[in-house]
Amino acid sequence: MILPPGVSQRRFTSALREFEQIVGKEWVFSSDEDLGTYRDAYSPYWDEKIDRIPPVALCPANVEQVRAVLKVANLFKVPLWPVSTGKNLGYGGSAPAHPGTGVLDLKRMNRILEVDDKNHYALVEPGVSYFDLYRHIRDNKLKVWIDSPDPGWGSPMGNTLDRGVGRTPMQDHWSNVCGLEVVLPNGDLVRTGMGAIPNSKSWQHFKYGFGPYVDGIFSQSSYGVVTKMGVWLLPEPEAYLVGNVTVPKRDDVIPLVDMLSYLMNTGVVQGQTYIQNMLNGFAPDLLALRAKPGGASEAELQAYADTHGGYWSLALPIYGTKELVAAKWQVAQRKAAEIPGARIEVQRSYDLPMPEEDALKLDSPCEVSVPSLNIFNTVAMPMKGNGHMFAAPVIPMRGSAVIESLDVMRKAMEDIGCRDYMAVPASTFFARSLTILVIYPTYKDAERNRKSREALKHMVKVCGEHGWGDYRAHASFMSEAAEAYSFNNHALRRLHETLKDALDPNGIISPGKAGIRPRNER
Amino acid sequence: MKALIGALAVLTLLTSGIANSAEPSGQAVYEKWCLPCHRAGQVGSVQLQQRYKGAIPAVLTERTDLQPALISVLVRKGGQVMPIFRKTEISDVELEALATYLTKPTK
Repeated sequence: MILPPGVSQRRFTSALREFEQIVGKEWVFSSDEDLGTYRDAYSPYWDEKIDRIPPVALCPANVEQVRAVLKVANLFKVPLWPVSTGKNLGYGGSAPAHPGTGVLDLKRMNRILEVDDKNHYALVEPGVSYFDLYRHIRDNKLKVWIDSPDPGWGSPMGNTLDRGVGRTPMQDHWSNVCGLEVVLPNGDLVRTGMGAIPNSKSWQHFKYGFGPYVDGIFSQSSYGVVTKMGVWLLPEPEAYLVGNVTVPKRDDVIPLVDMLSYLMNTGVVQGQTYIQNMLNGFAPDLLALRAKPGGASEAELQAYADTHGGYWSLALPIYGTKELVAAKWQVAQRKAAEIPGARIEVQRSYDLPMPEEDALKLDSPCEVSVPSLNIFNTVAMPMKGNGHMFAAPVIPMRGSAVIESLDVMRKAMEDIGCRDYMAVPASTFFARSLTILVIYPTYKDAERNRKSREALKHMVKVCGEHGWGDYRAHASFMSEAAEAYSFNNHALRRLHETLKDALDPNGIISPGKAGIRPRNER
Repeated sequence: MKALIGALAVLTLLTSGIANSAEPSGQAVYEKWCLPCHRAGQVGSVQLQQRYKGAIPAVLTERTDLQPALISVLVRKGGQVMPIFRKTEISDVELEALATYLTKPTK
């Protein structure tokens, strides 16, 4: 076990006794067996000396216990890494960024405090999972949709604080936050926005309240422990249509992405989609073509595209009332038809609500608000390892950027001889940008993990040099991701550190989160 | 006014998760925590099918060879891509109920 920096075994044991007084002895975990359940199940350092296994896990049941725990943590200088449901697989699981940091497991705080299907919002605690919230809405026949990420076992709180995404029109989770309750590192309790008004009637109705808007500093952050979150939900749509546009030539991706940008920024297309390079498939003849000595020439690839249905493909998700979906599809078809050679068709179309058993047959049931774990069929099956981890660089929503990034990223992996990775096509995680999720396998084998780690770090570095920073990072590689954000000799890091020092001078919340180290570790 | 606002508000208040009763239902634990990956055709069942090549059923509820100790190890330590489940997710009492449910001859 690695103890917190500068804390003796005797002091640490004393801290544990204090924590037991607050949360109860049965909710302070310190045996190797129990702490093993808080390690990163997909760790890229599995069983290595610096594998991130915490020295303690604390499980408070309510806000007052969180406040008391943080006061003791300050007294004994025991840093804690809060987790909501502690999934986050691929980004580090429940394990802290640094060995020696304990885990503050908030799973027991699992109340759904309110769901309103007239103003379309929910107020939840950290331990509520997407499955929990979905089942509550389903069982109470509420006419509102959640937006689950592909794995539904995470929490609205945790995923949103990490600025995660889903697939419906509410996919940018952080943009739908309305009101936080936060325990600051010194134990003070703050409510943001209208929640700062005693007996507020509009905490989940109006985001900004009065004065500087501070909610953002608690996302991807180590400035406090969020204990309640308001999230806006989607009124249950009546219909869902997925159109598809295929274009024939390599350079057609430029007008294709321009069209997508227009359709998304006008609200015609909403939800997650991606720019599919149809020549990145696994058909044997295509693989043989790419495996030629020196690789396939662009002329050969274009010839393949000419005889196999096209070069690029783009799905267009459209949600709304039946009338709106029909009208939006008309607009989408008209705009797509401006691209010479475009083939336009309806891929899928549904009246809603969809029976749950039908939704679960979709690759991503979360497209229609049903959480599942179906994504593991897509990610886990083709990968060789025991787990996986992500790099997630963001590029502008431009066709030229798609071409450039694909070329740069492919070359980056070729340069180091890495073939053991999977790149998800450029996806519309956030407005006006595209995110390219690059997936690397992790193993229960140190040498193969070393290669995966080096490949991921190289990808992050090369992308950073091209101006493509990650939107989110694995807990083991947060410093590497932060390195790209270096304008004016890391002025942003200095600002982050200034806030850290002001709010958390003892560095007891999540040291290393987002690459921000407390003063005692700099 | 306060009463009017209260009457108009569409509120639902409850706690989620499996109730902490003295005797949790093993089937409820299975359906909440295991089924999303272990239903037929999902990754858990597909990987077991690949491993055992049909020699034993891929769906856990069709198995007759499971032992409580194995279930406990897999839940608390994970396996292949299956992650670890902590005591704040599946308590020891719930784990015992799950093991009892999955090791019953008929489920």
